[in-house]
Amino acid sequence: MQGNIIDVTADTLVSEVMKLKNDGQRLVTYSTYQADEKTIGILYHFDKNLEVTHLRLEADMGKPIPSISGVLFAALLVENEIRDQWDVKFDGLVLDFNRSLLLDPEVTQVPLVSNVKIESKQ
Amino acid sequence: MATTVIPFGPQHPVLPEPVHLTLKVEDEIVKEAIPALGYVHRGLEKLADIRDYHQMITVCERVCGICSMIHAVCYSQGLEELMGIEVPKRAELLRVIWSELHRTHSHLLWLGLFADAFGFESLFMQFWKVRERIMDINEATTGSRVIVSVNVIGGVRADLSQEQIRWILSEIDIVEKEVRALQDTIMNDYTVKARTCGVGVLTKEQAYELGAAGPTLRGSGVAQDMRMLGYGGYAELDFEPIVETDGDCWARSTVRFRETLQALDLVRQAVAKLPEGELRAKVKGNPPEGEVFTRVEQPRGECVYYIRGNGTKHLDRLRIRTPTFANIPPLLAMMPGCELADVPVIILSIDPCISCTER
Repeated sequence: MQGNIIDVTADTLVSEVMKLKNDGQRLVTYSTYQADEKTIGILYHFDKNLEVTHLRLEADMGKPIPSISGVLFAALLVENEIRDQWDVKFDGLVLDFNRSLLLDPEVTQVPLVSNVKIESKQ
Repeated sequence: MATTVIPFGPQHPVLPEPVHLTLKVEDEIVKEAIPALGYVHRGLEKLADIRDYHQMITVCERVCGICSMIHAVCYSQGLEELMGIEVPKRAELLRVIWSELHRTHSHLLWLGLFADAFGFESLFMQFWKVRERIMDINEATTGSRVIVSVNVIGGVRADLSQEQIRWILSEIDIVEKEVRALQDTIMNDYTVKARTCGVGVLTKEQAYELGAAGPTLRGSGVAQDMRMLGYGGYAELDFEPIVETDGDCWARSTVRFRETLQALDLVRQAVAKLPEGELRAKVKGNPPEGEVFTRVEQPRGECVYYIRGNGTKHLDRLRIRTPTFANIPPLLAMMPGCELADVPVIILSIDPCISCTER
C-alpha cells in the first residue's frame, strides 16, 4: 500500500493524530476492516503534499475507541458512519448521532459485521 | 433573539440532491447547521460480499451517475495495483479522454444548476444545452449517455476510431466556443456577483483543516488536485491545478468554469498522445491477500478507494470515500452568519452528491 504506515494503540492514537496535525497533515478519511471476529482495524489516512501517511489501529470491537473529532472536526462524520456500519462506539465524539446518521431505527443487523444483531439502540 | 429551527431538505425545490440540514436561525441569520444523512443510503460497500471483483466495477459505477467513469477508474486502478497488472498505454489515455468528458459534463450540469439556484434560468438552460454535445459523445462512443461502462480490470472494453476522434475534436471545439460565450455572464455579471461574492466564505486554513476536497479546496487557495499524482495517463499530460483564493461561492464557481475549459484541453492532449496498441491486459486469478489505497480526482474532488483482497474472488473490504462526504464539514463551517436566502447557493457551491455520500 502506498504511503507510510504507523501502528498505534487506543492509548497513543490521539497523541499521534496531534503530531500529524501539527506537522500540517490533512485528514483524508478512515478505512475500516474486520481483522478477526472481535477486532476492528481502522486506518486513519492523512495527506501532506500528496504524500499519504496511515495510522493503523486494531482494537476490540466491544470497547469504545477514542474519538479524534475533538482534534480534527472533520472526523465526526466518518466516526458516525463507522458507528452505524460496525456498531463501534467512539469516546468523546463531538456530535454523536448514536447509530442514526445513515440507518433507520428499524435496522437491527449491523451492516458490515457478519451475523451481529443489535437488540436495541443504546 | 429567539432561535428558530428550520429543516432544510431533504426535498427542496432548489436542490438536485436530497441534502438535509437542520438550521438554527435568528432573525434570518443562520447560527448553526447540523447535517442529517441516510435518506438514500444503499449499502453498496456491502455488495462486495456477494458480487465478485469483476462485477463490483458495475456497482462502483453506480455509486454516482455523474462521476461513474471516474469511480470505475479508481476501482480498476486499485485492483490493478493489488494484482500487479500493467494497463496498456492506449487504455490509460482512453480512460483520461472519457474521464475528462465526464468532468466537462458534470461541471456544465453544475454551472446550470448553480445559475438556477440564484434564479438565472436562461443561464441554466444555456449551460445544459452546451452539455448535450458531451452527452452525445458519450452515447456515440460507448452506447450510454451517463453510465458509460467502458472500464474493465486491466483496461477498457471500447475503442475510439479515427473518425470518432475527429468528430470528438470538432465537437469539443464547439463546446469550448459556446462555454466561452457564457464566461462573462457567470463570472462578471452584476446579479451573479451580488449573490455569490463574499457568500459562504471558507478560508484556506479552514478548507485544509476540515479536509475539503476538489473545487471547494482549490476555491480557497489550496493547489491540490489528485491528477497531480500522475495516475493513469495523466503523467504524460501538461497539467496545473486551477486555484482561486477568495474562498466564496464565486471562487468555487470560477474554479469549476475554468476546469471545464481545462478538461477540454486535456481531452485534446490525450488524443494527441494516444498510441496504437492493446486495449486491455489479461487478468488471471483472484486478487491476492493485501490492501491498497488509491485516489483519483472526480469533478467534485478527491475520491478514495481502500480495497482489501483475501485471495478469493470476493473482496474482503471495499471502502469508498467520495468528495461530497469530505465537503460536508467545510459546508457546516460556511453556514454560520449567512442569510437564510443564501443557504441554497452555499449548499450548491460544494456541488453536493448525496448518492455518493451515502453510497
